[in-house]
Amino acid sequence: MDLGFTAEELAFRDEVRHFFRTQIPESTRRKVLEGQHLSKDEIVESQRILNARGWAVPNWPVEWGGQPWSPVQFYFFQDEMQQAGVPGPLAFNTSMLGPVIAQFGSEKQKREILPRAANLDDWWCQGFSEPGAGSDLAGLRTKAERVGDTWVINGQKTWTTLAQHADKIFVLCRTDNTAKKQEGISFILCDMTAPGVTRRPIVTIDGGAEVNEVFFDNVVVPYENLVGQENKGWDYAKFLLGNERTGIARVGYSKAKIKRIRELAGLELDGTEPVINDPKFREKLATVEIELKALEMTQLRVVANEKNRAKGKPDPASSMLKLKGSEIQQTCTELLMQVVGPYIMPYQPEEEGRNEPLIGPDYAAVAAPMYFNYRKVSIYGGSNEIQHNIIAKAILGF
Amino acid sequence: MDFDLNDDQRLLKDSVDHLISDRYDFEQRKKYAQGPDGWSREMWAQYAELGLLGLPFAEEHGGFGGGAEETMIVMEAFGRGLVLEPYLATVILGGGLIRRASSGPQQADLLPQIASGELLLAFAQQERSSRFNLADVQTRAVADGAGWRITGEKGVVLHGDVAGKLLVTARSAGGRTDRAGIGLFLVDATDPGVTRRGYPTQDGLRAAEISFNNAAAVALGDPAGAIGAVEQVVHEAIAAICAEGVGAMQCMHDITVDYLKTRKQFGRPIGDFQVLQHRSVDMLVALEQARSMTMFATVMSSEPDAATRARALSAAKVQIGKSGRHIGQETVQLHGGIAMTMEYKVGHYFKRMTMLEMLFGDTDHHLKLVSDAGSLF
Repeated sequence: MDLGFTAEELAFRDEVRHFFRTQIPESTRRKVLEGQHLSKDEIVESQRILNARGWAVPNWPVEWGGQPWSPVQFYFFQDEMQQAGVPGPLAFNTSMLGPVIAQFGSEKQKREILPRAANLDDWWCQGFSEPGAGSDLAGLRTKAERVGDTWVINGQKTWTTLAQHADKIFVLCRTDNTAKKQEGISFILCDMTAPGVTRRPIVTIDGGAEVNEVFFDNVVVPYENLVGQENKGWDYAKFLLGNERTGIARVGYSKAKIKRIRELAGLELDGTEPVINDPKFREKLATVEIELKALEMTQLRVVANEKNRAKGKPDPASSMLKLKGSEIQQTCTELLMQVVGPYIMPYQPEEEGRNEPLIGPDYAAVAAPMYFNYRKVSIYGGSNEIQHNIIAKAILGF
Repeated sequence: MDFDLNDDQRLLKDSVDHLISDRYDFEQRKKYAQGPDGWSREMWAQYAELGLLGLPFAEEHGGFGGGAEETMIVMEAFGRGLVLEPYLATVILGGGLIRRASSGPQQADLLPQIASGELLLAFAQQERSSRFNLADVQTRAVADGAGWRITGEKGVVLHGDVAGKLLVTARSAGGRTDRAGIGLFLVDATDPGVTRRGYPTQDGLRAAEISFNNAAAVALGDPAGAIGAVEQVVHEAIAAICAEGVGAMQCMHDITVDYLKTRKQFGRPIGDFQVLQHRSVDMLVALEQARSMTMFATVMSSEPDAATRARALSAAKVQIGKSGRHIGQETVQLHGGIAMTMEYKVGHYFKRMTMLEMLFGDTDHHLKLVSDAGSLF
């Protein structure tokens, strides 16, 4: 047992750390660390810088721009990226669609889609959830009918994150109503500009509008927009969802959050004493730190175990990382509110070209919205209850 | 980074695991507990034969030259077996103190006797109101020619009833909680100045209240400067009991999941009920977090920087305390009435886990230490 890293691994860590902290614009990283929203341009710019270095899609097959990294190198890449406040490469392009196309797509799809997805020339969004298909995703009803050389899509998707920026959408559609519900689904690609596609923003409890409803009204797409085989879409969706592995714990991100909470708790005064001097607050902070340290070690154990596992098979232990990781992220948002105190109260949504100064300290406005917004992390990507089901079945054998 | 065991460690694990599964099932344990000492001299001889009693000692002292990882392997197995023998008291604490605090000749004299199984030790540190402050020492040491005389009261001395020699913290200088002035003294348990009252602990192990009345002693190392060594050994012992706790928690979880799959109510296994599945998943998460922190504690227990080491070990103790309490309580609850009985195994794990949480500082104590020490990252 050795918890140390090799000189090569540490050199790699230093290399990515240096790159992230010198090449990605500081203004972008600061926004991420402070919990503000990024503009589309900032996200695109950041991903293109990564792509120019060959690091936008390290998880893809090497022939399509992936990196032959060890699990430890992947770990450092993610951890350092999160700690530096670098926005991760757009998940819909790089960890969802890309691996599916590389694995199951046609040669033409690979050539046309992958390089543009890596460089964020096309912004993809995910058409999975529906009003009637959340945790029970296989119950989806959006329909694609074969008409000649085309598909005609009708239905509604929801919780479509950042669809407002998207050029294209990958859609799970029902293509066989007679089969078992998992066996009649196909994975189809669609332009967001196609006639009949409309988008409606959903305003969430934090006041933001990062998610959307997307409606399909007789939308016609070429037959060749089908990925892989007809009615095998559920397999591809499972492959896609299983691809998110250890990064799901977001340990590096929570480390950065805790560092910021500690800093602000040193600045924010309760009377004449900084909040950090309150022993009760410090114990709460220590409690989260201990959980995070344990999670970091658990994550490293999962990473180290990857060499013993069949490639491409998700480790059900990653469900544990998601459970614990989401709890910790949420607790961090509670602590940030506690540090800020009464000045979490003014509602001051982000605005372009604000003229008046913010009410309260400049870190106060995001605290409560972030808390509200982060309730999502135990819901998306398979709710924590679904993660419990996965562990109960896959690890405990119930 | 590598969490795998090396070949020697795997061999050690195999042999200890075998010993525990062959010789330490619940019925056998009951028998050992009913013996005159409350544990098994025969098993003690087995440990000596396997080299476990000299595990952390240098080969020149009859030892195996093992480190914290080897101790972790043994303690985890002992946790599964709910082992009764005075391994923590004699090898981890006693042997550790001799190694960390005493001179070469004392080590050469005493360590081989531990390794062979002849010498049992106990660490007499706790006092009536000292709680978890290792520097709160009112027992006095007074120079007497070349030796010392010890006077004071020590309590809850683990396996203090059977030890041949006692390692006693006593103050040769300074005020009640001063870090300076504390020495570590070796007292023969048969000294006329020693009075012992042995008793069983809640978990079926043994301890003693011990009075020292002008008892003859020799100093191990600096008679006024032992606190650093004492802390280091307590850190090593915390890592060891974290591993013991993981072994116990693992068993509680395994037994509970098995029980849920076999116990039938309402015409089906109760493990069909989602609420019970989810609760056993939460137990698993608590177990794996505890295992992770035990690995962290094991590696950090040999960290030379005392403050870094202390913070890490306290963090681990918090995790083990919380996970242990959660898993212990859930084990009893998910079993129902059967877990309330002495004749069923899980209640004994629950009780051991509860004692481990208290040992060397409870969860709140260590949480305070971590929170006062600044960031863990």
